Amino acid sequence: MRIPLSAMIGLVLTGAFLFVGLFAQWIAPYPIDTSVGGVWEGPSAAYWLGTDTIGRDIVSRLIYGAQVTIFVALASSILAFSLGSFLGFLAAVRGGWIDQGLSRAVDLVMAVPSLIVALVMLSVLPLNLTVLILVMGLLDSTRVFRLSRAVAMDITVMDYVEAAKLRGEKQTWIIFREILPNALSPLVAEFGLRFIFAVLFISTLSFLGLGIQPPLTDWGGMVKENKDGLIYGKAAAMMPALAIAALAISVNLVADWVLSRTSSLKGGRGG
Amino acid sequence: MVDHLLSFKDLKIEATAYPPGEAPKHVVLVDGVSVAVEKGKVLGLIGESGAGKSTIGLSAMAFGRGGVRLTGGEIVLNGRNIREASAGDLRVLRGKEVTYVSQSAAASFNPAKRLMEQVIETSVAHGIMTKPQAEERAVSLFRQLSLPSPETIGERYPHQVSGGQLQRVMTAMALCPKPDLVIFDEPTTALDVTTQIDVLAAIKRAIRETGVAALYITHDLAVVAQVADHILVLRHGKMVEYGTTDQIINAPQQAYTQALVSVRSIDHTEKSPAASVLSVQGVTARYKGTTFDVLKNVTVDLAPGQTLAVVGESGSGKSTLARAITGLLPPSAGRITFAGRTLSPDLAGRTKDDLRELQMIYQMADTAMNPRQTVGTIIGRPLEFYFGLKGAEKEKRIQELLDQIEMGKGFADRYPAELSGGQKQRVCIARALAAKPKLIICDEVTSALDPLVADGILKLLLDLQTRENVAYLFITHDLATVRAIADKIAVMFKGQVVRYGQKTDVLTPPFDDYTDLLLSSVPEMELGWLEKVIQTRKMEAGGN
Repeated sequence: MRIPLSAMIGLVLTGAFLFVGLFAQWIAPYPIDTSVGGVWEGPSAAYWLGTDTIGRDIVSRLIYGAQVTIFVALASSILAFSLGSFLGFLAAVRGGWIDQGLSRAVDLVMAVPSLIVALVMLSVLPLNLTVLILVMGLLDSTRVFRLSRAVAMDITVMDYVEAAKLRGEKQTWIIFREILPNALSPLVAEFGLRFIFAVLFISTLSFLGLGIQPPLTDWGGMVKENKDGLIYGKAAAMMPALAIAALAISVNLVADWVLSRTSSLKGGRGG
Repeated sequence: MVDHLLSFKDLKIEATAYPPGEAPKHVVLVDGVSVAVEKGKVLGLIGESGAGKSTIGLSAMAFGRGGVRLTGGEIVLNGRNIREASAGDLRVLRGKEVTYVSQSAAASFNPAKRLMEQVIETSVAHGIMTKPQAEERAVSLFRQLSLPSPETIGERYPHQVSGGQLQRVMTAMALCPKPDLVIFDEPTTALDVTTQIDVLAAIKRAIRETGVAALYITHDLAVVAQVADHILVLRHGKMVEYGTTDQIINAPQQAYTQALVSVRSIDHTEKSPAASVLSVQGVTARYKGTTFDVLKNVTVDLAPGQTLAVVGESGSGKSTLARAITGLLPPSAGRITFAGRTLSPDLAGRTKDDLRELQMIYQMADTAMNPRQTVGTIIGRPLEFYFGLKGAEKEKRIQELLDQIEMGKGFADRYPAELSGGQKQRVCIARALAAKPKLIICDEVTSALDPLVADGILKLLLDLQTRENVAYLFITHDLATVRAIADKIAVMFKGQVVRYGQKTDVLTPPFDDYTDLLLSSVPEMELGWLEKVIQTRKMEAGGN
């Protein structure tokens, strides 16, 4: 199997981000929340990317930020996919009022921009990681619901699903053994894309002050902390922004490759 | 010297295949084919799927579908080799000297344009005639092809005419620019049985009256025998036999051709009536949200170890009958008794034994098997589900079943995509057998298969019937199949059973009009059969 160059770059970068996030405690040269230098120092041998608004090492904070950002995005995406695809499959298999009820509820949530819903929910709920993950996962699951329902609809009309029904199989068997394996490729590719949206979403929330709270940090929060430096020509806010962009692009490259390899949705040579 | 319009000399066609997840593969589609078409004559190309007949047909206008390359030999049309002609030359030639009639007219017409506009398009674009001339010619062709109201049918849109009519309009489109050669690529295959011969007769008349030469591509030897002057038998891209239609049909030389000619001559003796395992009494059914009964008061029964064939054209309700029996469509009236028990009308109310003893085999084996499960899993699941078999015991039974369907070791680990069409259908049969059923509903199980493969499946089914004493409800539109395997026949028309009884009784005259039409619609391997049938039958197919 030949891996195209773009996918290779994506795989390497995504792998590097994951590795750094996972082992942040051992990799980061300085602690997360201690001032070690002057305010907005430029890059130097001691501080590779300089220091931030109160003199903390940006590289260290980026590394710790990667851990939080990736963890929250991953957890909320997993939640969104477990919930969304199960309900989507259920709606497709059962049809009737279950399908109608779920679909209309999803329409309702999707009709309001998710950022606004999230802001309202987070303003009234206590601010901690669990709540954040739950809110983001729940909102994102509506998108996954739609996709998995559409994919499952195509599969439920197949004769092999009818054969399973005639055999007397239970609904769980039909969902997990007949539909899920055949719906997996488009869902896996979609997972990559939804993960990126989750990264952007958590960054946006943190930028607005409703996401990750100190002493923890994430990339969106770092942009917020350092945005005033831009006025004085300090590049500190650019570093976390670049990190967000790099992660988004590298995961996208991988997702694209997965999609083109396996999915018939793009009219590719499906398998 | 004979006046050749088109001749292939040592034609070689190659392509690159892209199997998913594997390196691209180089394949030879057609190799060393040499054949010629005389002016005004019809050459039939026949073979199973993958024989290269469509590829050869398209190469007559130097065209290859995506990735297909004409790599060797000569294609001489009107005295010049067109194999490596320039794009400009080909543009002039296609639609003027050579035209094409495809299998699915419904997929080939632009639904947003009126028929007339599409029929005359090539003639006008090539400057062969002016618009009024072309329209006049189109109308006369419509008349020749016995289309209803030929003056005004061109004003309609594609969805406003029936499938059979659309296929004839497409023939008119191909004949309109007065081409030298028309390629007919399975023009009647997608049509209903009863419509097929009308279209066939119309095409044949139009060919004769316009004096055009034709390549007629089909997998059905009986069809090609009605229209062709010469026949070329192909297999795996190579020539098997070439000769006059008379010689191929009546005195085939090669073993493969002989097999094709003798297809469906299965030896089967009708079993005598007996107490029934399945009895359908007065079943009426309609789909949810409609006000139209798709099944009207259907009463049939079937004895253990026997075969009831349900025949009719598409839309006659035969598959709906299967859905009613299996419980997918609960009937609104009537009763179904099976193995001495009255079946619950809907699936949810049936016991595990009800489900186990009533199995089903589908038309498209491709979609009847989960592509992500191996053959072993597919066959093993009913064993596990109904009998609780596990481990070595299950493996042993899977192997027994694979042996029964004449597939050897090693198949258990394969995925459906790695099997041929016939093998897939065999695995579906094994899955049904695994449940030790009393009745198997076979829904058009051979229609998607090549004739020789279908023959093998039918023989296997009959063989299994004697061994396992299983009854078949055999749904089909193909009367040749029915003759080969049925003990009882029910003829369905518009949701009703119009004729029902033992096979010999149903197939012995006097017939009602519909049965006569259906019986006379099965092409026979006999020259001149088409003319005879068109003259003698009582009723015309619906939708004409």
